[in-house]
Amino acid sequence: MTVTRTELPEPGPTRPFSFPAIEKSTLANGLRLWTVSHRSVPLVAFMLLVRRGAASDPMGKEGLAAVTADMLDEGTGDRSAIDMHEALARLGAQFDTDIGSDAMVVSITVLSRFCDRALELLADILVRPALREDDFARVRQLRLHRLTQIRDMPAAVADRAFLKLLYGVHPYGHSAIGDEASLASMTVDDVRGFHERAIRPSAATLIAVGDCDHAVMQRLAAEVFADWSGADGAVGGRDGDLPRGARMNVVPRPRAPQSELRIGHVAVGRDTPDYHALLVANTILGGQFVSRINLNLREDKGVTYGARTAFEFRRLPGPFVLQVSVETSATALAIEESIREITAIRGPRPVTAEELSLGIAALTRGYARNFETADQIARAVMQLALYDLSDDYFAEFVPRVERVTADEVCAVMARHVDPSRLTTLVVGDVDVIGADLGRLGLGDPVIVSGDSF
Amino acid sequence: MNISFTKHTLDNGLDVLLHEDHACPIVAVNLWYHVGSKNEVPGKTGFAHLFEHLMFEGSEHHDRGFFQPLQGAGAALNGSTNADRTNYWEVVPSGALELALWMESDRMGYLLPALTQTKFANQRDVVLNERRQNYENRPYGLAPMALLNALFPADHPYHWATIGEIADLEAVELDEAHAFFRRYYHPANASLAIAGDIESAPTLDLVRQYFGELAPGERVAPVRVMASLARDVRIYFEDRVELPRLYLAWITPAMFGEGDADLDLATDLLANGKTSRLYRRLVFEQRIATDVSASQNSREMAGYAQVTVTAAPGHALAELEDAVVEEIRRLAADGPNDEEMERGRVQAESQFVFRLQTIGGFGGKSDQLNAYNMFLGDADYFDRDLQRYQAVTKAALQQAVADYLDPARRVTLSIVPTGRVALVAPNSEPAVVT
Repeated sequence: MTVTRTELPEPGPTRPFSFPAIEKSTLANGLRLWTVSHRSVPLVAFMLLVRRGAASDPMGKEGLAAVTADMLDEGTGDRSAIDMHEALARLGAQFDTDIGSDAMVVSITVLSRFCDRALELLADILVRPALREDDFARVRQLRLHRLTQIRDMPAAVADRAFLKLLYGVHPYGHSAIGDEASLASMTVDDVRGFHERAIRPSAATLIAVGDCDHAVMQRLAAEVFADWSGADGAVGGRDGDLPRGARMNVVPRPRAPQSELRIGHVAVGRDTPDYHALLVANTILGGQFVSRINLNLREDKGVTYGARTAFEFRRLPGPFVLQVSVETSATALAIEESIREITAIRGPRPVTAEELSLGIAALTRGYARNFETADQIARAVMQLALYDLSDDYFAEFVPRVERVTADEVCAVMARHVDPSRLTTLVVGDVDVIGADLGRLGLGDPVIVSGDSF
Repeated sequence: MNISFTKHTLDNGLDVLLHEDHACPIVAVNLWYHVGSKNEVPGKTGFAHLFEHLMFEGSEHHDRGFFQPLQGAGAALNGSTNADRTNYWEVVPSGALELALWMESDRMGYLLPALTQTKFANQRDVVLNERRQNYENRPYGLAPMALLNALFPADHPYHWATIGEIADLEAVELDEAHAFFRRYYHPANASLAIAGDIESAPTLDLVRQYFGELAPGERVAPVRVMASLARDVRIYFEDRVELPRLYLAWITPAMFGEGDADLDLATDLLANGKTSRLYRRLVFEQRIATDVSASQNSREMAGYAQVTVTAAPGHALAELEDAVVEEIRRLAADGPNDEEMERGRVQAESQFVFRLQTIGGFGGKSDQLNAYNMFLGDADYFDRDLQRYQAVTKAALQQAVADYLDPARRVTLSIVPTGRVALVAPNSEPAVVT
């Protein structure tokens, strides 16, 4: 049988998918244990979430949460940092430490036959890190080198400078790595103190997903985490009003072939009731390949490899940000088009029925593929723990997104995005583009020096 | 441990590989064309990758963007080009399998009527911007070009990076895309793997329906060019970086060749992870480097191994080079220890199990089946691939290091901050990279 290629086949029905059940218990010390059984491959993904991140860095000690997280795997008791990594390597473990504004996560994925041993190591790492002076000196030095290196990475420069412009001294105003001065002022005692106050079972959730069952995990976790105790205490003390800075800012990068752009402002937290509508709105505006902004700047104008927007949902209001790297000569054009698109979706050019159904479908029809691996499931479950979401969150996601209307999309964009408040940052060749930028009606470009963020 | 599958070759030469995995209601469609930057010639570099972009711009019966219908069906999709092959994939809800096959078959059979000068010019601009973003405007971003240029002679198909030279991309014309498509994009030069929530028999029927009618093209003769280095080629360039970085590179065995797995394990124990010899010595103990890594980059005709090490502030690359060469000589002379071998074995096993987790996308099961099928003509290779690693002995690993990571026949590339030429490894010549 040959096909007639007159029209595209309509997608047929797909077998229903339900998110696997989460089994929960709480250990005597307050550590929450959440497990999901997922047995397609013989491995287990462990993630230990501590709800303390870079936003908890004390004033002047920016980078402390990240250094502390980094030092957890530097050995324990009489075991050196190398010994610790030998032990992980002997399990063929995939090990990672991750730090964000609101949390840190230590993760280990292993073949299920090594599950007991991996959990012992995870407990050693969290509960009994050695936090030695000499290791601290080395870890800090490597982080200072990293800071030196990222001064030449346009995307990293843009991210750091943009956070500072948007948030100032607010808990989200610095990147997790901190800066040269704060790292220089840090001591190993700061790290020990942070570990003592912040990395406590009352702030933590252990997630295990894979070829494992809850009762066994409960018994093992109770054993290895038995010595962990104490309630988490205050660590931060950061607070401050959001700055109201210039609208057009430039970090000079002479002879740069492209300009790295960030456009956005502080927007909204993860707990907003508008969450689902904002996801749909963002998908249409800049969250997928066929979004308005990517089609405009890449597929129509050809001035970039790709453009995207995102609401970075966090516990406190996170930023709405557009990011794109464009050829130098197109810098002003790209800023103008981007702001035009951001403005248009709030009303002047409302989303069409076709855009809406595409945006909704893109978020919902492929939802199952976000839960294919143990690691993906663990990360999904972690969102529940991090943002206090209910267990039926995943089951409710698709029907909730499907209910979003075109009017709602316009309304939430109008509510949470304000073109007159957008801050623009350019990392680029100011000698070439400076005059163009001045003509955009966003004020004279303000030069942001490399020392200020 | 295996990926179970059935293989069928259609009359027009298209290989079809089907793997059932009903864990999740999704299906991966993965299509490889046996063409990459190694099929290009000097003066025409970057074309295979530019062509990949054109495949997303619509075909005769759907002359609009490729993404829209698929994203509307809930698909994730992408493509990539390397020296040896070009691949395209979609992961769709199982009900959208037919849509994906319709779209893939239409661009395999009917791309050219929809390929206009406007689209061509637009995607050329996009690719030039991809090159600026990922290579030119990135610290050390031109290292791959410099290394490949020095490792392989000017007429060798691995002499250039897949992204291509700016001048070549700017000079290329639309009619060359037509010729390229006819030569390389046809069923007899492709392999289609479908994995996930499918029933094999009706899926094969669908494949026959959509792909069976496409005309077979002429078989493409394999490219085979040998290469070797006769000396230590020492080059440098200055870049907008803060810390100097040293690259050592060697021509090594091809993918799946004798010594390939051995060198994969050897580069791991030398420089990957905190337990590796070079990390421990340079970063952990002496603290003269800030990072170090190594890899055996396996390719169809030849591989190349590479050690990359970035100096800590205040240290010149000569000091790093001496230490790296000394550790390589030590490994060649004494071989690995038992603990390193045991670690390598269990890490290989874990990595292979991890690879079984996803049906699609880059590196998923469908991608792996196509890799084995295209490069070995034997898709049933997953288990034997793992065996290659499990079978490596101390003596074999030591021999591979001695044979291939020869300090006298390598490329030594220094990249230093602009104006800090004194930091380059001794006796290096300036290299021209763009």
